Amino acid sequence: MEARCLLGFLLLLSLSSFAFAIYEDQVGLADWHKRYIGKVKHAVFHTQKTGRRRVVVSTEENAIASLDLRTGDILWRHVLGKNDAVDQIGLSLGKFVLTLSSQGSVLRAWNLPDGQMVWETDLQISNPSNSFLHVLGNVKSGRDSLSLVCNGGSIRAVSSIDGLVVWKKDLSVDGLKLKHVFQPPESDTIYAIGFIDSSQIALYHINAKTGELLKHATQASSVDLSSEISAISSDSLVALDSSRSNLLLIKFMAGTITYHKLPLSDIVQDFSGLAELIPTKSNDIFVVKTPSSVAFIKVKGDNELELIGKADEAGIVSDSLTLSEEEQAFAVVHHSNNAISFQVRINGREALTDGIKIEDHRGHVKRVFLNNYVRTDKSHGFRALIVMEDESLLLMQQGEVVWSREDGLASISDAVVAELPVEREGGVSVVEVEHTLLEWLKGHMLKLKGTLMLSTPDDMAAIQAMHLKSTERNKMTRDHNGFRKLIIVLTRSGKVYALHTGDGRIVWAHLLTPLLQSESCPSPSVLTLRNWRVPHRKALQENPSILLVGRCGAGPESHGFLFIVDSYSGKELETQILDHSIAEVVPLPLADSSEQKLHLVIDNKLNAHLYPRGSDSLEVFIREMANMYYYKVENAKGVIKGYAFKKGCSTGSSAYCFGTRELWSVVFPSDSERIVATARRKINEVVHTQAKIMTNQDVMYKYISKNILFVATVSPKATGGIGSAAPDEAWLVAYLIDTVTGRILHRVIHQGAQGPVHAVVSENWVVYHYFNLRAHRYEMTVIEIYDQSRADNKDVMKLVLGKHNLTAPITSYSRPEIATKSQSYFFTHSVKAIAVTTTARGITSKQILIGTIGDQVLVLDKRYLDPRRTANPSQEEKEEGIIPLTDTLPIIPQSYVTHSRQVGDLRGIMSFPANLESTTHVFSYGIDLFYTRIAPSRTYDSLTDEFSYVLLLITVVVLIVAILVTWAMSQKKDLQEKWR
Amino acid sequence: MNPSLSCLSLLSLLLLFSSALSFKSDELPFNDDDEFEGVRSSPGPASVAPPVRRRPDLDISSASDSKSLQFSLEHCLGDSEFSVAGTFTARLKSWTHGAQTLTKLRFTRNAISDTEKGLFERLLEDDDFYTIRIPSNVLNPSGKDYIVSSVRARCLPRESLDEHFVIHTDGVNVLAVNYGSAGGCQYPRPLKSPSKWSFSSYTVLKNSEQAPRTPTFVEQIIASENALEEGLQPPEKSFWAKYWMYILPLGFVLVNAMAQAANAAAEDQNQGGQPSQRAPAVRRR
Repeated sequence: MEARCLLGFLLLLSLSSFAFAIYEDQVGLADWHKRYIGKVKHAVFHTQKTGRRRVVVSTEENAIASLDLRTGDILWRHVLGKNDAVDQIGLSLGKFVLTLSSQGSVLRAWNLPDGQMVWETDLQISNPSNSFLHVLGNVKSGRDSLSLVCNGGSIRAVSSIDGLVVWKKDLSVDGLKLKHVFQPPESDTIYAIGFIDSSQIALYHINAKTGELLKHATQASSVDLSSEISAISSDSLVALDSSRSNLLLIKFMAGTITYHKLPLSDIVQDFSGLAELIPTKSNDIFVVKTPSSVAFIKVKGDNELELIGKADEAGIVSDSLTLSEEEQAFAVVHHSNNAISFQVRINGREALTDGIKIEDHRGHVKRVFLNNYVRTDKSHGFRALIVMEDESLLLMQQGEVVWSREDGLASISDAVVAELPVEREGGVSVVEVEHTLLEWLKGHMLKLKGTLMLSTPDDMAAIQAMHLKSTERNKMTRDHNGFRKLIIVLTRSGKVYALHTGDGRIVWAHLLTPLLQSESCPSPSVLTLRNWRVPHRKALQENPSILLVGRCGAGPESHGFLFIVDSYSGKELETQILDHSIAEVVPLPLADSSEQKLHLVIDNKLNAHLYPRGSDSLEVFIREMANMYYYKVENAKGVIKGYAFKKGCSTGSSAYCFGTRELWSVVFPSDSERIVATARRKINEVVHTQAKIMTNQDVMYKYISKNILFVATVSPKATGGIGSAAPDEAWLVAYLIDTVTGRILHRVIHQGAQGPVHAVVSENWVVYHYFNLRAHRYEMTVIEIYDQSRADNKDVMKLVLGKHNLTAPITSYSRPEIATKSQSYFFTHSVKAIAVTTTARGITSKQILIGTIGDQVLVLDKRYLDPRRTANPSQEEKEEGIIPLTDTLPIIPQSYVTHSRQVGDLRGIMSFPANLESTTHVFSYGIDLFYTRIAPSRTYDSLTDEFSYVLLLITVVVLIVAILVTWAMSQKKDLQEKWR
Repeated sequence: MNPSLSCLSLLSLLLLFSSALSFKSDELPFNDDDEFEGVRSSPGPASVAPPVRRRPDLDISSASDSKSLQFSLEHCLGDSEFSVAGTFTARLKSWTHGAQTLTKLRFTRNAISDTEKGLFERLLEDDDFYTIRIPSNVLNPSGKDYIVSSVRARCLPRESLDEHFVIHTDGVNVLAVNYGSAGGCQYPRPLKSPSKWSFSSYTVLKNSEQAPRTPTFVEQIIASENALEEGLQPPEKSFWAKYWMYILPLGFVLVNAMAQAANAAAEDQNQGGQPSQRAPAVRRR
């Protein structure tokens, strides 16, 4: 029995330690995946049948998604390419979603229920401009309906069923820009209205079935027609003139065009400033938005306009929603303090007003999309999708926020990691302990059943559910292994979120713009975030904090601000509006007496400003100032410059302001090289060992410098996409530059290679990825740098006698004697992002994290990128773990850390250490977020979560019982013997 | 004496003694990516010492068009303006495929004036930077772009002021200058003055090296696949290494069983033997 138990235990141990890829039931244990869509710019509602309440949206991240209107869940989503921005979406035949993208040149139809693409048509537009899509509901040729795409002066009619271009009409008039297409009901004629050179109004009658031009008329206009928007009723059109203060009522009846100019101030009493037309569909009503009000105007009789409704405060107005032939509804949303008032106006009259409280971290309303439904009492009910300033999406119905989506997280621009609070002792009640103890025992019994393969499928499900909602991983306190942390992210809209690594939930969120906006800081925008205070030695009890740096205006010369928040709660600790601009923030490896990290803010005039301001920080900085250097890469000029700091700055006499002095420069000739990529080591990377033992018991010393900068340049012709340059015209030069002295440590040319280049630098090596035009394949090259000047430290006697120079301070001014080893390998994928795993002490072997074109994260062991790989490694080399040389790097399907998930539009991968040496956190972001923990050399320093302590306990108990029993038996036997 | 003549004679002397050098001259001139000439400047201006090393193949290949050009080195002592400190002379070689490269770089330092000496002493005292610059495009040095490089002044003094230039070029453009002391530079930097107030310079001209081609195993796909398989296969383990975990418990069990058997046998013997033992006892009685 014991032997079996022991064997089982051994087997369990071996299983847990040799698992490299994860099993199916381990998905979601340590990882989480969140899907977002981004900032919504168009929305089309679809509520034909009950149970299919959904809305189709397109976003600024080029995503098209169908959302469930009840819950806000994504039913399906597609992310189009980076250069394939969606211009317009529409519904056709009630079952297709049409999207017009790439500046009106690509039209696609998606199946509404499941999002499958039905067809795609390249419209072959020669000069893409502002195109628009018009779906004609009642052009029937059989069961088909046509979609018209207008671009400049040409119209294409596309069949909705198969995407074929039915007809194409080029009106071939110079300067013609079609503005509107419509079709009167029960008619075969399409009317197209456009402006020619913004001085003529043109009207075309086109046969809807053949595209034949039936009639056309032009009318010169005395006013300059430059307004982009025009509003329409069935035979008239309203436009604004270029001064945006006069309305133009254009009528086209029986082939003739007449127009009337009406000053807006005649209709809207207190009008001033610039007006804006809101597009409407029909019904003689149009909406003019002025800086102070929203006016609803009706066309009455021939040339009369009447103001039929007015909303006083300037709000956000939705597009018109046609309720019936007679009725048009608009939503007007105002924002005040932390509430919004939502107003629906039917034909200008107020129909519904709701006041809704909204969290202040969402900011102002940016867009509104209105939709109606039939209520239980057969009256009209309204719901609206609201896009907020922080890019979140809310659904509002019956005066309530039904659901909200934090879609700001789809545009993360920067991220840092912060610690969670320390667990307080003595705060746990007895009941809780008993409860948890019971749960704990129950859980372990289940686990035991699982391991002994006695469990039923129900039990298995229970085990899985238990794993997933394990309270341990979601606690709001710091854990011993460092698995629970806060990931603090900054998004494009200037909102800061703290995400818990346990399950990815939002711990706190703040939109900074309203907090910062003031007279001295009119339009704040956040650039980056840094750790300001990290719990450490003296500051262990202090809350960690985060520094946010930004500018108060749009231009690079506008003043900057610093904003410090508590990373536990997100509370604002300090705000400073600076009296200088911000070009760059340099975190220094120094801290003041209260453990606040020193930062240098470099302004436009190359002065360095020290923060935090305090006498001790100044003292700390001045002590180390002689050893501080700064470098700047000017991509546009192809210049890299290095600077030292000196006292006294050019703009003021502040003691915290330092001047800079140019020390070195590297100039890349503009006719042969362009900088395409730079990379450097992480400042907080830890290197465990300086020496590398070779197979022949030889020692190589790694050249470990924090100041290595990798720069890749390509020939000017090769800066375009792949295929734009011939192999003879393309080359890629890789540089390793010391940023203190400006020395070029290594320089190597890859002929026939071109970008895009992705590089990662760690320890003493750099790995970069590029395209080889000669081999027609992507390649990855590794360069390892070794220090030859310390090569004679191999003598053990010297080490024993202390005659080595290993502990001598290293200065960049010594001429380095370095040796490089390099090797290139083919790699199948193109790469979106590249990173390397970092662990707490740097002992664990490294893995390279590659963001693939399929939006997944692939792990590649650094051993594959070893320059010492040879085709036939000797026995010793094999024992050392050198893999035989192959020309291509292997892609092992099990080594995708994202397993079956995709991180849509992957933009960045971040790796940060846990306290446990074997484990590292990996966080990747794009439109989606994905987090997981990986152990590059397996979890050699801990038992896995699966480890059954109960089994161990039982084994021990059984052993003890066995010992007792055998002891008793032997006693008995002895006694019997003695009695004989 | 004509330098090239002296060089040739030197070379012929060397040729007599070493066969290795004669082998070297077989190199293709194009592969010569790192060619340098060291020049030591004495205190007097523009007196050139004979070059340290020279290759005859360069002279052969420079049959193509080559012309000499000059550009100046400027230096800055502390916060003063840049002033001319020396002159580089080089030959511009035009290759048949149109590219131009710099070769045969020589450097002449101007003598240090008394004011410069004073300024340099200040730099040494303050542990400040000594900065040099050269034009980035040596064909028309009037350009605005300069290649700047600096070193802590205290790194330079030895016997004289030892300096070491590595000039990275790309055709006729200078990309960067690695400027520093000839050897190491101690940290912390002690204050010491040179015994001789003159520069002794050493210059190296460096072109970039070509990356090696990625190895391809097209012709031996099968072989490499086999190799791959072999590589993936774990090395053959000995019988003991493979099955120790089974053998060990088995051994224990066996030993146990044997011990038990032995015990049983002993007991049997005991049971069988006791009477015989008893018998004598009985007999004794």
